[in-house]
Amino acid sequence: MDSVNAIITEQIPRLRRYARALTGDRISADDLVQDTLERAWSKLHLWQRGSDMRAWMFSIMHNTFINHIRKKQLVTASMDDEALNISASATHENFLEMRDLASSIGKLPYEYREVILLIGLEQLSYEEVAQVLDIPLGTVMSRLSRGRERLRTIMAGENTPALRRVK
Amino acid sequence: MSEYPGQMKEDDLHAYVDGRLDAARRAEVDAWLSANPAEAARVAAYREQNDMMQALFNPVLNEPLPLQMHPQARRRSFAQPLRYAAMVGGMALSGIIGWHMHGAEISRQPPMLAMVKQAALAHVVYTPEMLHPVEVGKEQEEHLVKWLSKRLGSPVKPPHLGNVGYELIGGRLLPGNQGPAAQFMYQDARGLRLTLYLSNKPADKGEAAFRYAQEGKVSVFYWIDNDKSYALSGEMEKADLLRIANAVYQGLNP
Repeated sequence: MDSVNAIITEQIPRLRRYARALTGDRISADDLVQDTLERAWSKLHLWQRGSDMRAWMFSIMHNTFINHIRKKQLVTASMDDEALNISASATHENFLEMRDLASSIGKLPYEYREVILLIGLEQLSYEEVAQVLDIPLGTVMSRLSRGRERLRTIMAGENTPALRRVK
Repeated sequence: MSEYPGQMKEDDLHAYVDGRLDAARRAEVDAWLSANPAEAARVAAYREQNDMMQALFNPVLNEPLPLQMHPQARRRSFAQPLRYAAMVGGMALSGIIGWHMHGAEISRQPPMLAMVKQAALAHVVYTPEMLHPVEVGKEQEEHLVKWLSKRLGSPVKPPHLGNVGYELIGGRLLPGNQGPAAQFMYQDARGLRLTLYLSNKPADKGEAAFRYAQEGKVSVFYWIDNDKSYALSGEMEKADLLRIANAVYQGLNP
């Protein structure tokens, strides 16, 4: 068990980095990591020795993250939220804040946030992201494209971009 | 995004940003971008997003792990032994958990068990520290006492254990199940370290006599006295630790 234990422990710093960017604060992030670790333990029998532990842990974190959102442990925007329509139009008064990358990421729907962070921060391949999030590769690419463009718009402090519906 | 002659595939632009194109394709995208400055600016902005994310969040990789994620905690599963125990079910518990309570207190006294495991974990994590075994050293004992008393909400004082050969090194504040907790660390002439962990007692508990628990090499005596729970941890025989536990108790109740 010790070797598996070491492999899990090895992932913790990266899980924390991703969780910090995803949730935007230390406490929610570490809660997310802790719950992810506990889930990983409980599902360890499902992990196939020799397969990619990193991808496995990230997919557990994704499921845990979604659970936290559903249980309202995390307040986060979803692509379906109407509130997004006003996301960038309220920027004039907190223009400086909008400049801040962390808070700008926090304004993205979590579906976009996950994709751009897994790729830009965690440097997962597009195929790995599809596997981790359990979505088709085409969906990864469209979320990547829209997420990056939305982030660019928010950071530029521009007015709301024309919204496109995303599947 | 739409595609027509003269238009670069959106996916290729992202693969370009992420460095995932082969050299030939990368050169084509370079050429295309130099003819399309607006698109080049967009691509540059995406690259900057990646760079800024890295700059902003990479330092998290070097942050010390919180106590409950510490490798020792994971290896010994101190963090949540009861939850893990329920989860891992039929797996080799003794190998994973390595935690043995002596006596039948496990089910009857979960708050105390939680306190004991926090104490033992803090012992395992902090006693090997060479540079920072404590937050506040004994040379600032007065400050240490004031600070911890304030945080725990009632007077806290490390007993002096010179009569059993241990000198105070200092102490630290820790998170505990009953709010803030304190750890005092002691060392004998050979460098062997003991820790005394104390926290406010669970509301529904009265005073309790010494009880004993063990994990691997770490022995723990724990008890409740007045309004505090105490746990004394050391890597030594039960009888030796009991002798010190008695000295601690007497030091606390002069």
